[in-house]
This record gives sequence, structure tokens and C-alpha cells, in this order.
Amino acid sequence: MSLTNRRAAAVAAGLATALSLAACSTEEPAEQAGDATDAATAAVDDTTLTIYSGRNENLVGPILEDLEAAVGTEVEVRYAGSSELAAQLLEEGDGTQADLFFSQDAGALGALAGADMLTALPDDVLNLVDEGYRDAEGRWVATSARARVLAYDPEQAPEVAEMTGIDEILDEAYRGKIGFAPTNASFHSFVTALRVDRGEDGARQWLEDFAALEPQAYENNNAVLDAVNGGQVSVGLINHYYWYERIAEEGADAVEAEIRFLDSDDPGALVNVAGVGVLNGSDAEDAAIAAVEYLLSEEAQQYFADETAEYPVVEGVTSTEHDLAPLGEGLNIDLNELDSLEETLALLDEVGLT
Amino acid sequence: MTAAPVRRTRTTAGRRAPAVLLVPAAVAAAVALLPIGYLLLRTAEAGGPAIWDTLWRDRTLWLVLRSLGLAAAVTAAAVTVGVALAWLTTRTDLPGRGAWSVVAALPLAVPSFVAAYAWVSVVPEVSGFLGTWLVLTMSTYPYVFLPVAAALRRVDPALEEVSRSLGRGPWQTHLTVTARQVRPAVAAGALLVALYALSDFGTPSLLRYDVFTRVIHTSYQASFDRTPAAVLSLVLVAVTVAITVAESRSRGRAEHARVGGGSARALRTVRLGRGKPLALLVTGGVAAVALGYPAAVLGYWVSRGSSAGVEWERLLPAGVSTLWVALLGALAATALAVPVGIIAARFPRGGGRFIEHATYAGHALPGIVVALALVFFGARYAQPIYQRTPLLVLAYTVLFMPAAIGSVRAAVAQSPRSMGEIARSLGRSPLGVLRDVTLPLAGPGIAAGFALVMLTVMKELPATLLLRPTGMDTLATRLWTETGVGAYAAAAPYAVALVLLAAVPTFVLSRVQASLVSDDAATRVVEETGGET
Repeated sequence: MSLTNRRAAAVAAGLATALSLAACSTEEPAEQAGDATDAATAAVDDTTLTIYSGRNENLVGPILEDLEAAVGTEVEVRYAGSSELAAQLLEEGDGTQADLFFSQDAGALGALAGADMLTALPDDVLNLVDEGYRDAEGRWVATSARARVLAYDPEQAPEVAEMTGIDEILDEAYRGKIGFAPTNASFHSFVTALRVDRGEDGARQWLEDFAALEPQAYENNNAVLDAVNGGQVSVGLINHYYWYERIAEEGADAVEAEIRFLDSDDPGALVNVAGVGVLNGSDAEDAAIAAVEYLLSEEAQQYFADETAEYPVVEGVTSTEHDLAPLGEGLNIDLNELDSLEETLALLDEVGLT
Repeated sequence: MTAAPVRRTRTTAGRRAPAVLLVPAAVAAAVALLPIGYLLLRTAEAGGPAIWDTLWRDRTLWLVLRSLGLAAAVTAAAVTVGVALAWLTTRTDLPGRGAWSVVAALPLAVPSFVAAYAWVSVVPEVSGFLGTWLVLTMSTYPYVFLPVAAALRRVDPALEEVSRSLGRGPWQTHLTVTARQVRPAVAAGALLVALYALSDFGTPSLLRYDVFTRVIHTSYQASFDRTPAAVLSLVLVAVTVAITVAESRSRGRAEHARVGGGSARALRTVRLGRGKPLALLVTGGVAAVALGYPAAVLGYWVSRGSSAGVEWERLLPAGVSTLWVALLGALAATALAVPVGIIAARFPRGGGRFIEHATYAGHALPGIVVALALVFFGARYAQPIYQRTPLLVLAYTVLFMPAAIGSVRAAVAQSPRSMGEIARSLGRSPLGVLRDVTLPLAGPGIAAGFALVMLTVMKELPATLLLRPTGMDTLATRLWTETGVGAYAAAAPYAVALVLLAAVPTFVLSRVQASLVSDDAATRVVEETGGET
């Protein structure tokens, strides 16, 4: 899976040209995007659409700028971490100015839906994606997906290239040589998937075996990838797109690590989503729904596939930039179940992996 | 000139503070207590069983102890380094001590997150307890160095002369007379270091040392239930109150002040003699580890990666915003810190102690907790200024006021109480005394406090993210955005700009303090000839 220079350049350009939306919030909305989708019908434009984005500005800034043009409403974005923004929205309650919450993970959306802060989306918007990619009650919808993968150092552990399941890393050969990010939401989702897939006892067994191998804990996915690159560990549990970002940042030659996609029915290949929900009592509900529609349009889906190396959630879009392994049927986990984080954390606490 | 220990006579010590001080100080205390009010509300919702569940989790007590151990180790090391450097740069014939006294303060300009990353990205072995201890010590010792250096410059030479004339040697004099003079400054600095070490989340988390603040963060991330986080945060508040009470007890009666204004004479300079190379090695070594190394790594970041390149159209507005909110935050925090600092130094009874402790109570809370408290109150009761600059400035005030209070208090405590009393006896109003006597004497402390707050505001992240006006970026938030996608090369210009911007108040601070002090003593330190080895 080596990257072409052209691809690296395209991603780099995408990252580097991320422009602050706020900077143009006082100006006229940008030029109409080249072929803005028909789906996003122009909304009333004397309101402001306030988006709380838990996704990084470098990743979604450009597409939110296009969104502003497509929806025809002035857009303001507040960027912070997904869980911090969820806590902020819960504290703001009815006093919130936010119209749309763009989250890095399903858990934060599930928490807001559970607190009755998200409004049900119209059926025609929900039907743009498969059932697996939306809330059962229609209160939020996924916008892109990412897979858990094994990053590995081909020098120390070339055999990882052949692995198919997460159980294969439970081997003495990897004692002290596995990197993971115990506080990372995607890792929590993986553990939740393990619980859903194998039951509490099965998950506990796997975690105990894993903990016995003295895995190295890191702050986040990037730090795990750093450790694999630097050879401090030979295997790392990360999301697939961190590796693509790193290649874009430093060039393929500078990145020692490779990644391995496990079999799609293995918990270790869990697919996580980023998604959006419209807040109850939004004073720009039409614009917010048009924004959701835009994020599910072919144009936006192509952006996620090409620029952030994520999986599109809408049929018929494939990446023109990245050689992404096709996602299989997957685990058939209701993504809403991934907000049973309390139990996941209790279990991690129990086996000493927090 | 003679010195007298402050006696608890019927002077100001037992009196109530005048309203002109008491009212603003009470406002300061009320502002500082906002986060605690919020935490109590959140905890009260939970009910007993849930609270006990959170408290009696296996790891809660264990992590409290780990955090306390880390804070104690960092404080001890920061006091050692800070006092040693302060003494070397103010009282000895260390070569180039003027330059060293600026360099020694500069690590304040390096955000500890940047320092931690600089270590962990190049030398991954710097992790766990030792790594966290090292990085925190190197980024916090200036909190001790600055007030102690200022206090050492203000020491009345008469005291040392008296001690020497009574037959004590130079070292004995330093260890007794001089040390007692600077004790309040040491205590104030140590308190800030301890509370910083308790509240910091970024450094232990990057360097993979599990501490109490991480549990608070995890419980926000995990359950989206703010109650356990609130219960745990209150534990931190209890620990903070215990530490501040202990610190003020230790101050107790140790505060000395000159009776007169001091006369224009030189402070004795200790000759290092053969200890000079060692002294230079210590000073240079600290500078290399705390300042040189992070700077070198930043340079390396700048020089690599395809995302490198300076986006001036984003860097400049972020820089301007950073400067603007830092100035406002420093103004607000210092304005409220001055009355509290004066009351704490001059009127410890009659509510002074309580007000001081109240302003410190929330100081070990992680930024995210303070931010959410202000989200809660702001969205409900201050909607017009919510997510606007005034509320952001209020958050900075809550977070960083104690840094300014410590500086003001140490400066006031070291200036003669009698001058204010004389002015009162000559018919000045309390306001007049404040304007003409107390404030000028506290000048260096106020300036130091202002600069300290300015620095810390520049580096603040969690509260800035949640409370900034929508769309406003500071250098710290840009840094967060770039590093969040691993774009370290793109992050570098922001990190460099942040360090350079924060270096300005640091530099000014170390010079201003020196000049204010020498004006006050109307003297320049001159080299003494007289065997001092």
C-alpha cells in the first residue's frame, strides 16, 4: 500500500489550505461551489448556522466551507474535542446556540440523543445511508467511517502482514511490544465491540491476556503510530486514517510503519463512524437539515474518501486517491450499543488497562 | 536601622481591612468560588450512593496519592532549583548574572505541553514518573525563581550587617537572616508549583504517568455523565484547601518587614571563588534542559515535513488574539488580586485568610472543569456575554488569579507595615494609604503578577476552546488543531510564535522587577572587596 506522490500532494494540499470559516463569517459567503449538489436546497439565509465540530479543522474545514456555499446560510464553526463539546452541549441545555453537532464518534451523539437533545431527522435524509450507519430512532446519522487496523513495524514483525484476527497478537513474541491508546474513544469502541461480540466473559478473557503482555500505553493514536515508526513497539492498535495522514505529512519514505486490515468480521476491524445530529430547538433547523443532506451528498462523500482517507457511508462513492481495503459486512453491531461506555470502562478498570 | 519581627500588637494585624479593599476582595473570592458552586450543584444531583461509588473505586485513593506524590516531588525540586538560581543571580559574582537572570525565567514561556512533546518525540525513555517530574520541574521552577529573586534584591542590608557584627559568618547569615526574609516568597512560589503539578493534565498524559486529573478527563469522555467528574474534582478542591492552609500556617509568624525604608547601600555579594565553574554548570545545565532542548526540537519541527510553511494569514490574527485576551486576562486577574494580596499580607485576621483561601480553592482544578462551570453559569445567566470575550476573560481570572495574589502578597509582606500606620496616624484615609504607600511598595509584586498571568493565559487551552468567541483562534488553539492531526511541522510556527510572544512579558518581568527593586533600595549592587569564601 504505497502512496503515490500525487496522492500525498493532494492530501497535503487539502490539509494546508484549510481556511478558517470564521475568517469569512463577516464576509459574503464564498463563491458557489463548482457543482454543489441539488440535494442541499437553499435555506433561509438571514440566520446563522452554528456548528459545534468535534472533528479537526484541518480535516473538515474545507468541506464545511463548501457546505456554507451549498446551503446558502452563513456558517459559524466552533472546534474542540467531541467529548468536551458533548459535555458543553449538555451543560448549555436549552441555552445552546448550536444548531448542528458534528462528532468524531457515535458515542457522543448517542449521549446527546439519550439526553433528548437531538431532533429526529426527516426520512428522506436518513434513507441516504444504510441502516447500520444511523441511529435507530433517526436522531443522528453517520457521515463517514473508519476502520481499526494494526500498524506494525515490518522489520520487527513482518508476520503481521498475514494476520486476520485480533487474537493473533496475544502471543509472547509481542510482550511489551504492543502500543495502544487506552483513553482513546476508538479504542473504547473496539473494547465495546469485543463485549458485544463475545460477551462480558469473552471480552474480559481477551483483555486479561492482552494486559498480561504488558502493552505500552500512549496518549493517542498518533503517539502509538510514532512508537511503531520509531521501533519502540512492533505492533500498534490504531485507526486506519492516521497512517494515511502521516504519509501525507512526511512522505512515504519517512514512514516505516505499515498497516494491516483484519478480517471484517473480527472485532479488531471494527468500523467506527463520525456523524451529525441536529439540536432540538435549533433556530436554523432547515439550514441544519440541509447541511446534513450536504454532508451525505456525493460531493462531500468524495471529499471524505479522497481527502481524509475515510470510508464513505453512501453507496456508489469510492476513493480515487487511496487504496482502501473494501469494508466487508462487518460485525453487525448496532452503533448505538457503542455508547455503553460505562461498562467498557468498568471492565478496563477491572483488568487494569485504564 | 534595625529589624523587628511583626508582633501581633494592636496594629493592623488584628484589625478589619478597610472597605476599599474588602469589597473588591470579596468579589474576587466570589468569582473564584464559581467552579466550586457548580461542582456542588452537580454532586448534589447525584445522591449519596453514587458519590460513594465514585469515591470508593479502587483507583480513586491510589491516584490521589500518586498525584500528591508527584506534586510533592515537583515542588521540592522546583524550590531547590528556583532558590539556587535566584541566589546565584542576585547575591553572588556569577559571571553574566544579568543575562542569566533573564534566561532563568524564560522556561515560563515554553508551554509544558510543548516541552513534554519535545521529550517524548525524541527521547521516548523520558516518560513515567521521572519524565513527568523532570518536565514539570523545568517548566514550573520560575514560579519560585522570580519571587525569590525579587525578595533577595529587596533584603535590607542592615539586617545582614547586624548579623555579621554579632559574629555570624556569611553562610550562617544567609541561612538564618536572609532565608527568613525570603521565606514568604518561597512559600508563595511553592504553592503555585504544587497546585500546577496537581492540576496539569497534558504533561502526565503525554508522558504516560497516570494521575488523578486523567480520571477526571476519562470520566467526561467515557460516560458523558458530569457527576463522577464533579465528585472527583471536589476531592481535588479538598486537597488544595489542605495545601493552602498548610502553606499559610507555615508562613505564620515568619514574615518580617523592615522598620525603616532602608538606606542606600550595597548588598553584599558573595564571592564564589573556586565554586564558580560549578555554579555556571548548574545555571547553564538548567537553561539547556528547560529552554535549549525544547527550542532545538521546535527548530527541528520547523525544518521538516511537507506541511511546513508559515500561514501568515492565520498566524498573525491568532497572535493578535492571543496578545489581546492575555492582556485583558492579566488586567482583570491583577485588578482582583491586588486587594486580596494586600489583605492577606496586612489583615490576616478579620476574613483575610478566608478570602485568600477561597481564591485558591479552585486553582488545582483542571481547565476543563473550570470551563464547564462557566459554560453552565454563562449559558444560563449570562447569555449576552456567553462565548464572548468578557466571559473568556472571567474564566482566565478564575484560573490564574492566585498566581498574581501570591506575588502581590509576598511584595506587601516584605515592605514595612509601619509606613502605612504612620500615614494613617497623619490623617490619611485608607484609600490614600493604599494609593500613596501600599501600592507603590507592592509595585514589583503587582508587575510580576501581571506578567505571570499574561504568560499563563497565552498558554491556556481547554477553557479557551469552549469559551472563545466562535471562530476566534489563539496560538494555543491553532497548535492544538495542527497537532491533533499529527501535523507537527505545520504546528511548529505556532509553537515558536507562542514561545516568542510569551518570552516578551517574561523578559520584561525579570528586568522590571530588578529595576523597580533597585529604585526602591536606591542602590545598585556593587561588588564588595572583602574575602567571602
